[in-house]
Amino acid sequence: MRKTLNHKALWLASPALLLVAFTALIPLLTVVNYSVQDTFGDNKFFWVGAEWYKEILLSERFHAAFFRQVAFSAAILAIEIPLGLAIALAMPKKGWGVSVCLVLMALPLLIPWNVVGTIWQIFARVDIGLLGHTLAGFGFDYNYTQDPVAAWITLIVMDVWHWTSLVVLLCYAGLVAIPQAYYQAARIDGASRWAVFRHIELPKLNRVLLIAVLLRFMDSFMIYTEPFVVTGGGPGNTTTFLSVDLVQMAIGQFDLGPAAAMSVVYFLIILGLSWLFYTVMTREDTDAEGRLP
Amino acid sequence: MTQPGTTSRLKYLTPALYILFLLTPIYWLLTMSLKTNQEILSTFSLWPVNPTFENYMVIFTDAAWYSGYINSMIYVSMNTVISVLAALPAAYAFSRYRFLGDKHIFFWLLTNRMAPPAVFALPFFQLYSSVGLFDTHIAVALAHCLFNIPLAIWILEGFMSGVPREIDETAYIDGYSFPRFFTKIFLPLIASGVGVAAFFCFMFSWVELLIARTLTSVAAKPIAAVMTRTVSASGLDWGVLAAAGVLTIIPGALVIWFVRHHIARGFALGRV
Repeated sequence: MRKTLNHKALWLASPALLLVAFTALIPLLTVVNYSVQDTFGDNKFFWVGAEWYKEILLSERFHAAFFRQVAFSAAILAIEIPLGLAIALAMPKKGWGVSVCLVLMALPLLIPWNVVGTIWQIFARVDIGLLGHTLAGFGFDYNYTQDPVAAWITLIVMDVWHWTSLVVLLCYAGLVAIPQAYYQAARIDGASRWAVFRHIELPKLNRVLLIAVLLRFMDSFMIYTEPFVVTGGGPGNTTTFLSVDLVQMAIGQFDLGPAAAMSVVYFLIILGLSWLFYTVMTREDTDAEGRLP
Repeated sequence: MTQPGTTSRLKYLTPALYILFLLTPIYWLLTMSLKTNQEILSTFSLWPVNPTFENYMVIFTDAAWYSGYINSMIYVSMNTVISVLAALPAAYAFSRYRFLGDKHIFFWLLTNRMAPPAVFALPFFQLYSSVGLFDTHIAVALAHCLFNIPLAIWILEGFMSGVPREIDETAYIDGYSFPRFFTKIFLPLIASGVGVAAFFCFMFSWVELLIARTLTSVAAKPIAAVMTRTVSASGLDWGVLAAAGVLTIIPGALVIWFVRHHIARGFALGRV
């Protein structure tokens, strides 16, 4: 769409920009400020330069949390993207089934994150949970509060439960936007189901899949509430992801310097990812086919 | 493309199984909320043997519980109103005009939607304490603007860009002033977009725990924090906890029907 040049339009945006600046810039500056200073208490600070950054980037604890975080994000992406795509392909495309599917599938997306944690806590506990009880009944040695493997599996299954629907809904929106003429042409050519998927659906879903991957990666990269409620980062610190670790450091131990330095590093990673997301979003903004009517 | 008969019926097995997987834990939560704590801990049954609304009565009569809901509702509503009102003119500016730094600002807004709340928890605590807003509803409402204003701007911009520019131009030629055009002609055209934006602001503020918990202690404590503190205390009353969980799902479940075709669009920031 063509846009006219008008610098006065900035005034229209100014209330929103001022509010976001107040909530985002001031805290961010505070963080940067703490990240280059040290204190002996009573509000006396002195300059330490890049000391905290060195400490954080070289610390075992940060490496471990970072590695856990990447492993978690990779695991949930590897499950949620193919699963979401498969479900979207099998969903009804017209009739009453569409609304039923959409409403029921979207339900987990709208549940408060701490309640998602509570649901899975109640569902997976060996003593009172349906899942835990059933697994124990089959003789599995399953206890997510003591066994790291069980804790990881519980968190991954919980995230799949919570967020796969987002991938489904995005893929579904992309699928219904494909013009019927493409399918008709494929039928005339006698194309197989696989060929239709490989050469028509997959290329058309390119953009929504990229959006889904980026959204799921970024949101899983800052997961906090669910592991906090279900495992509290344990057993030990086997499920202490970046956000959980950061909150422990900043609010639990009140280590301002290292926590601030870690925040900045964390934020820069997210910034890079956001840039990627932005490029994807705006590059094909003119491509009207990817949009719902 | 789809063969008639068994193949197409088998095809629906995948979504059906998936929905079953989604609903089972929710069913379990609902079952728990209808059992007494004794029943939960002593016997194991797939449905409540003696269904009781005792747990819900606890929540509706105990101020520590129901005030959590009221607090959450207050700051979530405040945040939704502030976010949508601030985002409307901004989204119009981004969808219709080029101006100094527009692309950079649009990107900067996105980074705030993507920023980890954990990074902001401590500085928020200090900022709102220093201006005397700690433990107030408006503090949480303002803090949630961090991600909700960018979200609302991106969603609304997506909807507004679908409205042809010619409508604006015709209205201006007909002598409409900007405020009159915006409220009388433009707003009705993007009404569904405003609804979707408001819904998502409501939802993201409603589901957020970390910032809301950090910024409150007693007077504005949200339901999410009430729930986690009950977990950490020793007297785990699973029945009441489950009932509280069921009640937090209701707002989303009530409006989900109206936004069912826009959910993907809302999560993808108006870009699908």
